[in-house]
Amino acid sequence: MKQQPLLQVTDLHTSFFTPAGEVKAVNGVSFNLDRGKVLGIVGESGSGKSVTAYSIMQILAPTGKIVSGSIQLDGQELVNAGEAVMKTVRGNKISIIFQDPMTSLNPTYTIGHQLVEAIMLHTDRDKQQAQERALEMLRLVNVNEPEKRLKQYPYEFSGGMRQRVMIAMALACEPDILIADEPTTALDVTIQAQILELMKSLQEELGMAIIMITHDLGVVAQMCDEVIVMYAGSICEQGTANEIFYNPRHEYTKGLMRSIPTADTAGSKLQPITGTPIDLLCMPKGCPFAPRCNNAMKICLEHPCERMLLNPDHMSACWMNVKEAVVNGEIELEEKKKGGRKKNEQKL
Amino acid sequence: MNKNFEQEAPLVDIQHLKQYFNININAFQRRPLKAVDDVSFSIRRGETLGLVGESGCGKTTVGRTILHLYKPTAGEVIFDGRPIKTNADIKYLRKKATMVFQDPYSSLNPRMTVSDIIGEPLDIHKTYQNRAERQERILELMNRVGLNSEHAARYAHEFSGGQRQRIGIARALALNPEFVVCDEPVSALDVSIQAQVINMFLELQQELGLTYLFIAHDILVVRHISNRIAVMYLGKMVELADSKEIYERPLHPYTRSLMSAVPQPDPKIARSSKRIVLSGDIPSPLNAPSGCPFRTRCAYAKECCAESVPEFQEVEPGHFVACHRIKEL
Repeated sequence: MKQQPLLQVTDLHTSFFTPAGEVKAVNGVSFNLDRGKVLGIVGESGSGKSVTAYSIMQILAPTGKIVSGSIQLDGQELVNAGEAVMKTVRGNKISIIFQDPMTSLNPTYTIGHQLVEAIMLHTDRDKQQAQERALEMLRLVNVNEPEKRLKQYPYEFSGGMRQRVMIAMALACEPDILIADEPTTALDVTIQAQILELMKSLQEELGMAIIMITHDLGVVAQMCDEVIVMYAGSICEQGTANEIFYNPRHEYTKGLMRSIPTADTAGSKLQPITGTPIDLLCMPKGCPFAPRCNNAMKICLEHPCERMLLNPDHMSACWMNVKEAVVNGEIELEEKKKGGRKKNEQKL
Repeated sequence: MNKNFEQEAPLVDIQHLKQYFNININAFQRRPLKAVDDVSFSIRRGETLGLVGESGCGKTTVGRTILHLYKPTAGEVIFDGRPIKTNADIKYLRKKATMVFQDPYSSLNPRMTVSDIIGEPLDIHKTYQNRAERQERILELMNRVGLNSEHAARYAHEFSGGQRQRIGIARALALNPEFVVCDEPVSALDVSIQAQVINMFLELQQELGLTYLFIAHDILVVRHISNRIAVMYLGKMVELADSKEIYERPLHPYTRSLMSAVPQPDPKIARSSKRIVLSGDIPSPLNAPSGCPFRTRCAYAKECCAESVPEFQEVEPGHFVACHRIKEL
């Protein structure tokens, strides 16, 4: 089969322990990321897409903890690997850029200081070499007059320019993986187009893999090879971009696609997903999306659906697909779920 | 689609509207920031006019100045044939024209209950005879925007973003307005909730015959809801046309790049379409370029663009553009 994936996340569970109880922000997420690929993670706020990324980097808030699961980078296990190992991973092998370029830079230091600090921390370059590298990085991300810009403070930069500096900082040590957490959400459309174009060309040039976290399906369509759709902490659908956009097989994904205004819908009504997003403190017994799903069946309320392989490029966790999965010989559920499955088949 | 609008006089007519803010450059100097610089347009009764542009282009200021939340520096707002000049005019305007704000978290007073938030406009304009009538109207409004009337005594923080935006809409509808300025009403909401709120705007417009000025930066949303779309850049209006027309056949170079930069939620289109990526950032409105505001980022700019401000002219029926070189492009 294929070579070993660059990043392998298996059955990841991350929870936040709050006074109100345990919030299962990530609930059994598994995916692989190959070298040089762009993986998109889409979902609404609170769906666990950012927490998944923070779990990989292990930069969770103090109340958050990886409960179980495994994260393997190039065969090396990261969960419970300890802070010393993580320090060699962060910045060197995996870098992250955040949503808000206004707050991720320190306002009291110059851009140059911050870039040089990051480079010296992660490589054994001396200050002179680090400064040269910083200049080179600013040129790479198309910042005009980089020599002058290095001496300026973040407030002298526009939003798009700050995001470029963040990208320069993240790429300074040539990581294998760049995690971009809503990198363009705070930017205007024309600036967003610049940044996406830049990320795409750098990705092709440097051959790194990108995990693109966003809620904007347009950004995903433009950038990503593979897409993961998350809802309430779990993956409901996963596949190539073409499969997800042209052949969605989970009721939530279908609802999302219908919710976006397009050329055909102008002036007419959209078909929104009804109800409000789920409260992670009181998760339902069955499929987390069932309470909002128009086609929910009895089994959806009772049992969560496991991910089923529909074709080599497409997995979906929706009971609607159970018939196809049985035909594919893919389904092998535990004994106790069999009763439910039969009922479900009859209904189909 | 707009044919039937054209015979009637416009509901809102804006003429040469200017809004300058005096900004302190240093301790001794002040300079005007031209947030809105000579903008003229009109909105017909029952129509939705979409107003798009990047942050800092003055689209929110236009909305607020129309409602006289800021006193206009110059220019005229004519509402339903009545020029708005005196305080009495403003009070009349505020009864007929209301606003829905962008951020449902900061536009609702956390110390007031939902019924007090929705009831406040009723109190100010004294539209009821007794408490029971007031309460009845509040519940009717909550019902109208899909809120459970049992929630009237709750506070805003107990609601989700989508529900808060519904409270804001109920407040805007309290006085039976004819005109609503919607300032980025869905941009803080998740996609699935956004669609619910957009549908509600469309329903309310049909039922109550409302006229909207719909300000947003999400072009897909604006195109969905608007009859016509106006594009602003650095305080000036650069293009105004029918929404289908402006999306499919934009004429101004800025609109062209703006439309091509919209990420299409369709992988094949998104990958095949040619994007016109603009270089550089929007100049600061404090040091706006001379002549055409867009010339510093425009691929077609010539000397004439720096010399004079292009006139906002009708180049085709109903299609207005402000560009010197429009005939050559």
